[in-house]
Amino acid sequence: MFELLGQMWQFIQNPAPEPSFISETVIYLQLCIVSTLLAIVVALPLGILVAQRQISAFLLTNFTGLMRAVPTLVFFALAYPYLGLGFKPAVIALTVIGIPPILLNTIAGLRGIDAATVDAARGMGMTSLQVLWRIQIPLTLPVVAAGVRTAAVQIVATAPLAALIGGAGYGDYIIGGLGLINIPIVLAGVIPVALLALLFEVALAGVQRLLTPAGLRVSQPSAEEAPTQAAASSDQPLAA
Amino acid sequence: MAKIAFRDVTKTYEGAKAAAVDHVSFTVREGAICMLLGTSGSGKTTLLRMVNRLIDPTSGEIQINGIATTAQNPIELRRGIGYVIQQVGLFPHLSIEDNVRVVPSILGKSASETRERVDELLRLVGLDPAEYRKRYPRQLSGGQQQRVGLARALAADPEVLLMDEPFGALDAITRERMQDELLRIQQGVRKTILFVTHDVEEALKLGDQIVVMSDGKLIQEGTPVELLARPADDFVRKLLGADNILRQFEYLPVTAALEPATHNGADGAGERIAADTSLLQAMLRLMQSDATALTIENGDKTIAGQVSLASISRGLRAGGGHLVDAGVTPDVEPESAGDAAPVSR
Repeated sequence: MFELLGQMWQFIQNPAPEPSFISETVIYLQLCIVSTLLAIVVALPLGILVAQRQISAFLLTNFTGLMRAVPTLVFFALAYPYLGLGFKPAVIALTVIGIPPILLNTIAGLRGIDAATVDAARGMGMTSLQVLWRIQIPLTLPVVAAGVRTAAVQIVATAPLAALIGGAGYGDYIIGGLGLINIPIVLAGVIPVALLALLFEVALAGVQRLLTPAGLRVSQPSAEEAPTQAAASSDQPLAA
Repeated sequence: MAKIAFRDVTKTYEGAKAAAVDHVSFTVREGAICMLLGTSGSGKTTLLRMVNRLIDPTSGEIQINGIATTAQNPIELRRGIGYVIQQVGLFPHLSIEDNVRVVPSILGKSASETRERVDELLRLVGLDPAEYRKRYPRQLSGGQQQRVGLARALAADPEVLLMDEPFGALDAITRERMQDELLRIQQGVRKTILFVTHDVEEALKLGDQIVVMSDGKLIQEGTPVELLARPADDFVRKLLGADNILRQFEYLPVTAALEPATHNGADGAGERIAADTSLLQAMLRLMQSDATALTIENGDKTIAGQVSLASISRGLRAGGGHLVDAGVTPDVEPESAGDAAPVSR
């Protein structure tokens, strides 16, 4: 085991004829970050647009659900004949993979808001935009963040396949190493991918927590506690 | 204070055969609590939601202080009307303070400008500001949440308050307490309140005015006493339990069993009671004292007559178990409306 890791370390220091580790890392990060951001840019507005419409929401939810069942390899295979080789087609394929979790969570998050909350907001004279900004977005953001986290981790874990269509990144090592039946070269791709996926997971879990308003993090009063509080409050002198 | 007038208001939902609200006309007096009473599907909530234009009428119009609601921008209109609903609908991500100051804040007021107002409102609804200001809705019990809901509705000091079964989801004890609190708060703020309920006890207890709805139609409108005394039809009679003798005793004034005074009260034999005292209280007084009759005194200290156990049972026999038909005459009725202002209609 240690011997393999040692050989991997040697390869990383001088991967020629494969591209250098630094350049592969930069490309890999670019692939992942650009596709995740693009997926957000597409899925979030689409989700907001569709969430209030019963039929479109139903159709889109089911369609994206179906899409998730398609093996990810198919998206790269489809990107090649239409978009050719290189960074761009790889990003587009990864974006398509990242869209469903964000879209589904945006729709679910918006639809999951208690109708009474929105009714009260409208009844008090908020404009549709105010309802969206002050109520719906803050309440949906944690759910959307969870979707982004799922999407990003999925993208990081899938991105090695980008090398198949010339997207480069760690996939070069994995696919190249498999071709040469050279385990240390494969490991030089696989281990960074795994570490990066973990890093994204932890970092985005932190972001999700930050985006969860304090009022949603607090626990509800226990069954015993609630009535006592009510009784206590009514015993207070009432200053009218 | 504001007067709300419904003029031939009709709402037919798209695709529905029957109208949800069918040619309803009535006027809510300034500063009155008007109860919209009816079974589910009677159109009472639709009627309420047309006032702040969450629903627009198909025909007819609603006027607040003589101005048609449809002539106003719905957003501006709603900001001037308090809105309280059964599910409360507090914003779970905002602190109690931020929930209460929602309307001032959309009107552009900063947190520092509204701090005192928030404290004042929390105290008004019986919550200690120091303890509750920074809490979140999920940390509060159902009753406390509705107290905050009421404070939030009062924040911008609206003239009109719409309440859609606000206490319907609370347990019986909390509900009763909240009803008492609402009456106490109303003493101070004197809003014109439109209150939807299906609970007859609640309607009789809180209402200065009750509007009975069924199948979208207004069946009868009047004070609790008027409705108990002269139910328009069997539906109202059954709904209000107008034949329930205990209920009659509780809500009807002693003037329902008036008989001519046999002594003027000067000999000390008859204690004096106000004309709007309930029959129940009068009976308890009669049973606790040795007096055979109590002298009924009008607001201007003139003597209206007297009430005795005999006059009550005579009234009951004459009315066939329904006191009122025998007793109430139109000229004593304004007196009987209790603490409400005289009915002007």
